Amino acid sequence: MSITMNDVVFVFISAITVLSALGVVLSRNIVHSALALILAFLGVALTFFQLGAGFIGLVQILVYAGAISVLIIFAIMLVMNVEADRTNQPNPSRSTRFWGLLLALVLIIGLGASIWCSNLWPVLGPLPVADAVGALADLMLGKYVVAFEAAAILLLLAMVGAIILARGDEA
Amino acid sequence: MIGLNHYLLLATILFGIGVYGVFAKRNAVAILMSIELMLNAVNINFVAINKFIQPGNVIGQLFAIFIIVVAAAEVSVGLGLIISIYRHKKSVNLSDFNLLKW
Repeated sequence: MSITMNDVVFVFISAITVLSALGVVLSRNIVHSALALILAFLGVALTFFQLGAGFIGLVQILVYAGAISVLIIFAIMLVMNVEADRTNQPNPSRSTRFWGLLLALVLIIGLGASIWCSNLWPVLGPLPVADAVGALADLMLGKYVVAFEAAAILLLLAMVGAIILARGDEA
Repeated sequence: MIGLNHYLLLATILFGIGVYGVFAKRNAVAILMSIELMLNAVNINFVAINKFIQPGNVIGQLFAIFIIVVAAAEVSVGLGLIISIYRHKKSVNLSDFNLLKW
């Protein structure tokens, strides 16, 4: 078991991702939370690159780190009415926080231990496809074309719904 | 040697952090951000299992794209709802949203 370059890169990327996710949850200032969220999205995108899924990584950067982060920051600026240090207070109910921590720890420790102890060796399947984008396009417009159209309609409905919800009473 | 276990463990930790955020925050935007973290953890699972179990096809990546689409729709509608509620209540604290509670 020698440590390869790949392992070092994985540990580095997952450390960035987990630390910035903790920053999202623990920060008291919601602008800092949003910036840490961008870093977490970029860490997940790097994980995709490392897994050899370059297209998904690019989509992750474009959609999450680009569009969704900007949307969230715009919403934060529209709804901020106290000073920034008090925008992201923890839940005042101690019992809710306790149960949340307990549930998260049970999930992480229980699922993590069962994942760690199970023998998930890689199945020696066929070789990785060289042209992942072409294969994705074939699937999307072939076998899964109904899901593709449903996703398109869902995006249209979400756009119309968001406009109607955010428009307000006037006009 | 990094294997499937490590990626699944990373996704589990991200998901757990997201679950804690949903419980421990009271700002509605912060809760949406925690939900985004959980969806990202699921995406890591899809792509990792695709790579290690079925490298010959890209169905896992395809469903990761569908999850990204649904997450984008969810976050836009969620932020629209938050802005709309903020206009009436001048607050984004979930404990102030008790219109439907009796």
